Amino acid sequence: MRVPISWLKEYVDVDLSPTELDSLLTNAGMEGVGLEIIGLEGADLVWDRELVLLAQVLKVDRHPEADKLVLASVDYGADEPKTVVTGAPNLFQYLDQGDLSDRRLFSPMVLEGATYLDPYKDLKPRKLKGKPLRGIYNDAMLCSPVELGLGEDHDGILLIQEDEHRAYRAGTPLQDVLGDAVLDIDVIPNIARCASIVGIAREVAALTGAELRMPSLDVQMDGEPIAGRVEIHTEHPELNPRFVAMVIEGVEQKPSPFWMQHRLRLAGQRPINVVVDISNYVLLELGQPNHTFDYDFLRARADQYAPDGPIRLITRLAHEGETLTTLDGVEHELRTNNILVTDPEGNLSVGGIMGGHDSEIRPETTNVLLEAAAWNFINIRRTQRQLAMHTEAGFRFSRGVHPAQAERGARRVAELLRVLAGGTVAEGIVDYRPLEIEPVVVELEVSYVRRLSGLTDLDGAQVADLLRRLEFEVEGENAGDGETLRVTAPDHRIDIEGPHDLVEEVCRIYGYHRIPMTVLADSLPPQRGNPSLEAEENVKDILVELGLHEAITYRLTTPEAEARLSGEPDESPYVRLANPSTQDRAVMRHSLLASVLEVAAGNSRFRRRLALFEVGNIFPLAEGKDRPEELAKLAMVVAGPRDHAHWQNDGESMMDFFDLKGVVECLAEGLQTEWVFEPTEQAGFRPGKTARISLADGTAVGVLGELHPLTVERYEFRVEKDQPVLAAELDLDLILGRLDATPSVDPVPVYPAIREDLALVVDAGLSAGQVRDALREAGGPLLVKVELFDVYQGEHVEAGKKSLAYHLTFQSRSKTLKDKDVEKQRRRILAQLEKTVGATLR
Amino acid sequence: MIETLESMYQEAKDRLDAADSTEALEDWFRAHLGRKGEIQLMSRKMGEIEPADRPLFGRRVNEVKQSLQGAFDLRSADVKQREMNASIARDALDVTLPGRRPQRGGLHPSTRVMRDIYRIFGDMGFQIYRSSDVVTDQENFEWLNMPPEHPARDMQDTFYTTDENVLLRTHTSAGQVLAMREYHPEPIRVILPGMCYRNEQITARSEIQFHQIEGLAVGHHITFADLKGTLTEFAKRLFGENRQTRFRASYFPFTEPSAEMDVSCFQCDAKGCRLCKYTGWLEILGCGMVHPVVLEYGGYDPNEYSGFAFGMGPERIAMLKYGIDDIRYFWSSDLRFLEQF
Repeated sequence: MRVPISWLKEYVDVDLSPTELDSLLTNAGMEGVGLEIIGLEGADLVWDRELVLLAQVLKVDRHPEADKLVLASVDYGADEPKTVVTGAPNLFQYLDQGDLSDRRLFSPMVLEGATYLDPYKDLKPRKLKGKPLRGIYNDAMLCSPVELGLGEDHDGILLIQEDEHRAYRAGTPLQDVLGDAVLDIDVIPNIARCASIVGIAREVAALTGAELRMPSLDVQMDGEPIAGRVEIHTEHPELNPRFVAMVIEGVEQKPSPFWMQHRLRLAGQRPINVVVDISNYVLLELGQPNHTFDYDFLRARADQYAPDGPIRLITRLAHEGETLTTLDGVEHELRTNNILVTDPEGNLSVGGIMGGHDSEIRPETTNVLLEAAAWNFINIRRTQRQLAMHTEAGFRFSRGVHPAQAERGARRVAELLRVLAGGTVAEGIVDYRPLEIEPVVVELEVSYVRRLSGLTDLDGAQVADLLRRLEFEVEGENAGDGETLRVTAPDHRIDIEGPHDLVEEVCRIYGYHRIPMTVLADSLPPQRGNPSLEAEENVKDILVELGLHEAITYRLTTPEAEARLSGEPDESPYVRLANPSTQDRAVMRHSLLASVLEVAAGNSRFRRRLALFEVGNIFPLAEGKDRPEELAKLAMVVAGPRDHAHWQNDGESMMDFFDLKGVVECLAEGLQTEWVFEPTEQAGFRPGKTARISLADGTAVGVLGELHPLTVERYEFRVEKDQPVLAAELDLDLILGRLDATPSVDPVPVYPAIREDLALVVDAGLSAGQVRDALREAGGPLLVKVELFDVYQGEHVEAGKKSLAYHLTFQSRSKTLKDKDVEKQRRRILAQLEKTVGATLR
Repeated sequence: MIETLESMYQEAKDRLDAADSTEALEDWFRAHLGRKGEIQLMSRKMGEIEPADRPLFGRRVNEVKQSLQGAFDLRSADVKQREMNASIARDALDVTLPGRRPQRGGLHPSTRVMRDIYRIFGDMGFQIYRSSDVVTDQENFEWLNMPPEHPARDMQDTFYTTDENVLLRTHTSAGQVLAMREYHPEPIRVILPGMCYRNEQITARSEIQFHQIEGLAVGHHITFADLKGTLTEFAKRLFGENRQTRFRASYFPFTEPSAEMDVSCFQCDAKGCRLCKYTGWLEILGCGMVHPVVLEYGGYDPNEYSGFAFGMGPERIAMLKYGIDDIRYFWSSDLRFLEQF
């Protein structure tokens, strides 16, 4: 909400600079989200106090040499008037009218040497220089709003008409007339009371200790009584607890006075005419939205349903299929929860949000029926959303306006229509109150304030004083121990529910910045740690050490996007969004690998080497359950060159199955566990190059392999033809849950190791895993390490056979092995392997 | 005999001077001082000498041996030095050639920031409590004092699922009451990290998913002053000892009183710059005293217990710390982004 400080000062004295006021309000919960300074120090254009003045227009004469220019004679406080040459179109109406001094017409004037914004040069600041204009020397300029940095208007000079409410004096520095600052305040839901200038002024008064000056609510009522002319009824008191109506007759439609137009503009509203402007002005001033109907239009309708009876306004819910055209010309299809203002002939307006087109004030309207009501904020909020109508009235009613405000608003509008628009206010007010709102009374223990705030020295009198500054009524600080206060909330507040709300008010007015900072002295809870998170973080660290980058991907996807992995849609149920923001993020994922493949494929457009992993959850939904299981997974994708290109290595050697397998093996080692790899088939992976990963006890925990060429295609990987893309997905919950919490460490060997090489010839169909297992079995405890360093098939090896060459490391924990010990062991291994796997020595 | 020895000695010395490589020196040693070398052989010929001359001869042989050994040692050191110098000169590298780089991995920036936060709060006794992404309306709203139609629900554009009571959490505050129910009646200090979701347009400033770290402390004597002290300590450790904090009133349905904590801008030292939008302050987290309704839902009597809660976005903090200007980088997992961490 935009708050012009000049307007604010009408209700409270402010000694602070605009910046100080901004920070005072921000700290107290009214966050400043913008500060516009106009004409004063700190503004983009500062008005010179000597050279930018208010001038009074005394006379407008023709320019002897030019039809499009006139000579304005102005008083600017000097001994002699000044003649200004100007082309302002709005001065031509005063040509040849002789002395204008009685008209009390003023305009801002810039004298030679002062800076203004040049509308013909992209509003660049420019210094005024004297020069002849068609033969007449000119060294001053009457300004349009835009030339002063006062908005966009450049249709003519800014003409200020004095009226009985505002007097001006020629020669006053313009800074003192129009210099201003406008705060933009973010009105969050719990400060609905601050959605008005008076609401902000009340907070400023409380925070600074200044006095709040409420605008007068007196109304001079001289007209024919309203009684018997207007009747109100509601079908839903809980949705419309109060409806205040007044009638103002004989209103003259004309522009509103300059000061009102100026304030509305500063607050971000466009002046229309005096009736509309007053309605908007009071909405901004008091925060009470109000609506003006064309009285004669309503009367004419009443003649249809009750020729001798009063106008009957009824608030009710919309009927099924009912429509209403609002004053912006939009036809709305109403919902049956929308509350309307109607009469027996039909609907008139959407309650609390926007008036209807038919009953609005027209140029010829002279008689006005004024409505100021209270509405249920939840209902208004829903209607506003349903009908996509966002108005200043709806903004306030949807946050809550206390019913007590209705009469205040009506009185203020009526009196302004009388004073500024020449209306006569009908005697009396129709105040329909089907639901009384009880004042909120809170028992507040002062010890509770101390306990929550940490302000240990605060006493009852101080608490009472702080609350009274915000117009709370407080009793009891002098009674008994003064420790329990009886606090009544003022009737502009709808946010007070209990003592905790009052603690906030006390802290706010006391000043959050004055509350001390302390170290938690309360007892320390048991320190349990979070083993599963710590284990996951350990997995991330290991993979980073192994050269992979951690990715974090969207957990929202679509079944179609995930189907790219296997080629088949996953038929099991998904957690599906009712209101996705984009169609490609509509369900919670079933596959982490699918997510990582998506970003890996994206990266393949500009990176040859891919090495990514993610630790994250998947969300499978069991049939009949309302919430998914959330399972932690690990997915890895690698592809591209194994090494960086280097001057001794062209970096063209591509990673294959064994690169990713090595990563997985190292991960197992890092986790101090061992996994078993066996051939398997898995949808989306390339048959023959895929392994199932399981724990020693056979529990399957994941898959590892080269992606199927069709999967690579479906993800649109940009890789070279036949270049492998490797992927793995592991079930982290299972793996981490089974880890040995305290793995033991072997002592460092004391006796030397002996390394032997052994080349075996076996059937080509036998897997390396089988041979390794047989070797280990045969080698016994002395064989501490088996490293396969060569696999060979071809010349010198019988067809259908292959040769496997191993480094075998023997070591004893109890003695230094001798060559003959190793020789014995070696013979035993060979003999046994011949039996178990049919191996022969090569 | 002695003459032979002397001429051998002389010749050996001459040859030693001529030996100018390690190999030549080894050959020389073998020929002269080795087990089968001339001088060794001479000493075995002692029997061929007159007994009376033997002591003299023996002494002389030893002298020759020692002298040659000494000369050999000197010569060896000299040759070795020369050879090493030559080898060093020969092997000089172009040190500006690039090194062989192992492949380096990296943690996601969100993880890095989250670990910083875990560590700092861990030091203050805050444990990590995790709860699920897919939650009930109660967990996300009702238990946090936002009954149906509460206006604050509009502050968060929620993703609802096709089951009307189930939604994607909009904040990890959704785990607060779960933690309280689990730990009740112990005092609590936890932080609740996790992914949250909001139905927003994806732009440089807003995302549909983001991490949040919520914090919660509940006990018998926890005050707003404790909240200020704890969070200021956190801010100083995360952003630097010289940072100031500012607490200003704000609104969250689940805390009362509520506040926003700003930290003095670390880029301009609170003088005003683009990062802090010329305010000198960076908005870091929302916080407040746990609302009595929330304490009650968690099983703690608000007349006996009090607590504070706070919530912050690791991505926002990462963006501020690393000067990242587009939140979309985080889930794009673009290696050109990730490799910078």
